[in-house]
Amino acid sequence: MVTDTADIPYSEDSILAVRGMNVDISVPAGTLHAVTNSAFHVKQGETLCIVGESGCGKSITSLAVMGLLPANATVTADVLKFEGRDLLSMSQKQLSELRGNRMGMIFQDPMTSLNPVYTIGNQMQEIYVRHGKGNAQQAKDRAIYLLEKVGITAAESRLGQYPHQLSGGLRQRVMIAMMLMNDPVLIIADEPTTALDVTIQAQILHLLADLQKEFNMALILITHDLGVVARIADRVAVMYAGYMVETGSSDEVFNAPMHPYTQGLIDCIPIPGKTERGAQLGSIPGIVPALVGDQEGCMFRSRCDYAMEKCAVGDVPRQALGEMRGYRCVIGPEQAEANLQASRAKAAVAAGE
Amino acid sequence: MAQFLLQRLTISLLVAITVSIIGFSLLRLSGDLAAELAGEDATQEEIAQVAKAYGLDRPFHIQYLDWVGKALQGDLGRSLFTNEPVLELITTRLPVTVQLATYSLILALLVALPLGVLAAMKQNTWIDRLALSIAVFGQAIPSFWFALLMILFFGVILRWLPISGTDTWRHFIMPTITLSTFAMPQFMRLTRTGMLDVLESDFIRTARAKGLSPVIVLWKHALRNAVLPVVSLAAVAFGFLLGGSFIVESIFAVNGVGFLALESIIRQDFPVVQSIVVFISFVYIVLTLLSDLINAQLDPRIRLT
Repeated sequence: MVTDTADIPYSEDSILAVRGMNVDISVPAGTLHAVTNSAFHVKQGETLCIVGESGCGKSITSLAVMGLLPANATVTADVLKFEGRDLLSMSQKQLSELRGNRMGMIFQDPMTSLNPVYTIGNQMQEIYVRHGKGNAQQAKDRAIYLLEKVGITAAESRLGQYPHQLSGGLRQRVMIAMMLMNDPVLIIADEPTTALDVTIQAQILHLLADLQKEFNMALILITHDLGVVARIADRVAVMYAGYMVETGSSDEVFNAPMHPYTQGLIDCIPIPGKTERGAQLGSIPGIVPALVGDQEGCMFRSRCDYAMEKCAVGDVPRQALGEMRGYRCVIGPEQAEANLQASRAKAAVAAGE
Repeated sequence: MAQFLLQRLTISLLVAITVSIIGFSLLRLSGDLAAELAGEDATQEEIAQVAKAYGLDRPFHIQYLDWVGKALQGDLGRSLFTNEPVLELITTRLPVTVQLATYSLILALLVALPLGVLAAMKQNTWIDRLALSIAVFGQAIPSFWFALLMILFFGVILRWLPISGTDTWRHFIMPTITLSTFAMPQFMRLTRTGMLDVLESDFIRTARAKGLSPVIVLWKHALRNAVLPVVSLAAVAFGFLLGGSFIVESIFAVNGVGFLALESIIRQDFPVVQSIVVFISFVYIVLTLLSDLINAQLDPRIRLT
């Protein structure tokens, strides 16, 4: 396995730095290469969005960082550092001291992510006391403060309530407040709004973005919603079939996507005021390939408009355009740029007709 | 909570009435009680006399209401055999049965809960298989056979334990082990499946994401969710241990309710049999109510329904 991401520089003050990370999961049919050669980092106060379709490995990536993968998964990496400390060489006990303390995680489904038989207060206080931040009374005060912060009214009386007494949106707010109990430097939010009503989704995202600024945390937001990414991301990593196929700043990736997959994804978003009512939105035909067993060539080639013979052989090189700007494709930057212009011109003609 | 309690009490009362009617009718459906009491060679006239003496010639619903009316005042009639009041017969035998059932239930749970949790955590390892083998053994071996083997081994050959009676705590060891061997496997299996389910759930992942220690994740977050069905089962099993230990009580000559029931059936002592049947049903009703209340304590979602 080539780890051509090992040498991409990252600054020492990165909260989380990942280079050449692979996650292999052994399943009955063989080895599932869930994440291959992944590289990203986040600094304090920065928001990184990891984007991709279901099953592309974005949740696995976050669970790998948290050390929460099941026992049949193996993580290897050239670099996997959190606050300068190597996560791979840590014991489960050391990792558990970081989890919920220095790093927090918010999950997709707030309906099932809180324990149904304990009160909100109990579950919030527990995380504070566990990490030795203070006694039960201090934990209670902090819980009330944070519940108010996340926009929950009558915070004190909520502490005595059970999860089933709250709506999905409120439960997700409780999850967020709970993960903030110990002032973490990193929050990983794994599709935090997917399970919520559309009207609530925007509220929760705004809340996350606001809290991230206020508490000056690093935020990794995992999503398949590019609209969300465009609004809150500083930097973006696009994942496809376990590979980070394109990385860069939000502006770069949205304005000049290089990878055919990213170009296709961005084509799928309607732009208010620009996209005609009733116009044909872009779509990417085909499905994500199975990832079990050893793979060769580019994983996207079966769905790619520009696929050629050399896409099927060997490892796909990473085209580096800047420190954290790059994409994984055999097509060079100039040709990629030309392809993008051509397809945009074509779309403009189609819209004009 | 008050509404929940009221609702459960109403249901219990309805069940109690139904059970008492069924219990009362079953005995009368099992044959002509007067004919059986009068003996094999009795004439029609003698049978009629017996029926009149015991009130068996009255219409069914009058007999039932009369019996219920007296029962509510604590009068369950007298034994046909010893002429003692039935209530007294049962209450003098009850403590030893309750004692035996309690020991057995506690022992069964003490073994089943840790074993079930361990089996779930070490799923598909030798520990899991050993636990399941123990469960199969406990369920497959007939209680009377297991009891006899223990008597032979510990009582007769090694002479470590007394084989009959209830004089000291040592007398309780073998009956307790016999009964709990029978009850343990179902608790163990249910704990194991419950834990396997719960360990997969999202809130366990959350608990781990909070950095809680494995001990807390397991015993605080997982077990409480996993034991809910075990509580319900334990209530039923306790009822069974209280009323259904006929065989074990007879083998170890434990002079309890089960033994009394067996004796009374053989002696055709119908007031006693009928009272024990209804009594055991009531025990079940009370225990089910109790398990509902415990479950409501453990799981706030139940309190709302």
